[in-house]
Amino acid sequence: MTEMWVNMGPQHPMTHGLWNLRVKIDGEIITDATPVIGYLHRGWEKMVEARDFKQIIPLADRLCYGSSLTWSHLYVRTIEELMDVDVPERAQWIRVITLEMQRISSHLMWLAAVGTDLGSYTIFLYCMRERELFLDLMTNLTGARMTYNYVRIGGVRNDLPPNFERDTLRVLKLFEERMKEYEALCDRTTSFRVRMEDVGMLTPADAMNLGVTGPNMRGSKIDFDIRRDDPYETYDQVDFEVCVEDTCDSFARYRVRMREMEVSCDIIRQALKKLRDGPVRVKAPNNAPSGSAFFHVEDPRGEGLMYAIGDGTNQPYRLKVRSPIFVSVSATPVMLIGEKMADVPAIMGSIDMCLGETDR
Amino acid sequence: MTETSTRMNEEQIAEAINSKFTQGITSIEIAPRRIFLTISKDIILPLCTKMKDELGFEHVSSVCGVDTKTAFQTVYHISSYQNKVVAEIVVENISYDQPEVESITPLWGGANWHERETYDMFGIRFLNHPKMERLLLADDFMFFPMRKDYVVGRRVP
Repeated sequence: MTEMWVNMGPQHPMTHGLWNLRVKIDGEIITDATPVIGYLHRGWEKMVEARDFKQIIPLADRLCYGSSLTWSHLYVRTIEELMDVDVPERAQWIRVITLEMQRISSHLMWLAAVGTDLGSYTIFLYCMRERELFLDLMTNLTGARMTYNYVRIGGVRNDLPPNFERDTLRVLKLFEERMKEYEALCDRTTSFRVRMEDVGMLTPADAMNLGVTGPNMRGSKIDFDIRRDDPYETYDQVDFEVCVEDTCDSFARYRVRMREMEVSCDIIRQALKKLRDGPVRVKAPNNAPSGSAFFHVEDPRGEGLMYAIGDGTNQPYRLKVRSPIFVSVSATPVMLIGEKMADVPAIMGSIDMCLGETDR
Repeated sequence: MTETSTRMNEEQIAEAINSKFTQGITSIEIAPRRIFLTISKDIILPLCTKMKDELGFEHVSSVCGVDTKTAFQTVYHISSYQNKVVAEIVVENISYDQPEVESITPLWGGANWHERETYDMFGIRFLNHPKMERLLLADDFMFFPMRKDYVVGRRVP
């Protein structure tokens, strides 16, 4: 049979956003693949050059609606590095708590999306139900459901609301019980495992060389987590496990995320115990000095990095965003070639696409 | 890539780089888990080859361009998983008239789309890149919008 190119996207149930996967198929075997992105390009990096530092915080939230707080945190942390601002310890712990809540809700949304990709609407509904618990906690804290605008240069906007610790512990207890239901639905279901196991192989060497980061990389036997190996905020005072799986397939990436959610619950508990009274925000300067700074964090999807150049004014001269999915999606041809056309949703679903940060 | 049992620290890596390259390095600074290098564009490829083969840098975090209004710069952030160090390399003085620099994509595949994006936004060409085409913008877009002389709000024909 002759080979042919098939466009999966820009409008396709598999894509989770506006992008196009061109695959070349011979029968039903994929022989070549080209991801095409840029449909959602908003000129973010140019746009911020005409905004002052405070105005960029809500814009950074919009880089990814699924984990908006990690992006505004990364932006704020980069500018703090540039301006040399020290954040009070209570604010750092609050950031750790909110970041981990964001990680759980982001992973839950990923699992919901994978559920629908593989035809299990039950997983979708279960995950969205539990995600709402965490969104309620965040709403209570920040006033918004998804784009929080909560982190500030020099701390966070407001202190924890009354009974936040009690509510959080209740949610964590409930969530950990329901995680067992997920495992019964996914790990112990043949239809889920058959779709996910042994597809989308990514060798450790490829994962490193092609720049795949985060849970996708840890599913390929690489033991690296920026939270542990280059700690920021107060992660160095938290004792947590870095989840690594060694089967290198889609199922390994799924297992890494499931275990990370449990670890995140544990981190939140430790952080709540270590939280002490104190200020949550210090005054930060309006203008950045001339010079440059970069910072990288462990986003739920991988390594997020920002590089900022200041020129003495209250606007950044240049602000570069390194999006984890931008690089991971460029590595997907390696995972796709040789697989069957019908496995594309299972492979691309395991990457956790987010177009807002990819196209910027 | 060889597994080293002991972690090379920033000072040892900076010393290894400094002793190998007598010319081309303008400045070299270190901070905890960070190395900051400023170099000329002639040594970017030999420097990166040495970093990858001998100093254990496995991962390109980012490649980006900067328009300084007199010349271009390209900035690389390269990480080492085994040594837990991030190196920031600034390549200075890439002229407006001939914006070209050697590609590091043959060494690290992760730099591929970053370099294409830099070309897309600044018009800096990366030599020996496998596919030096626009990535985010349309193929027939007539400008390089991240250059400082591209004013936002201009009408695009």
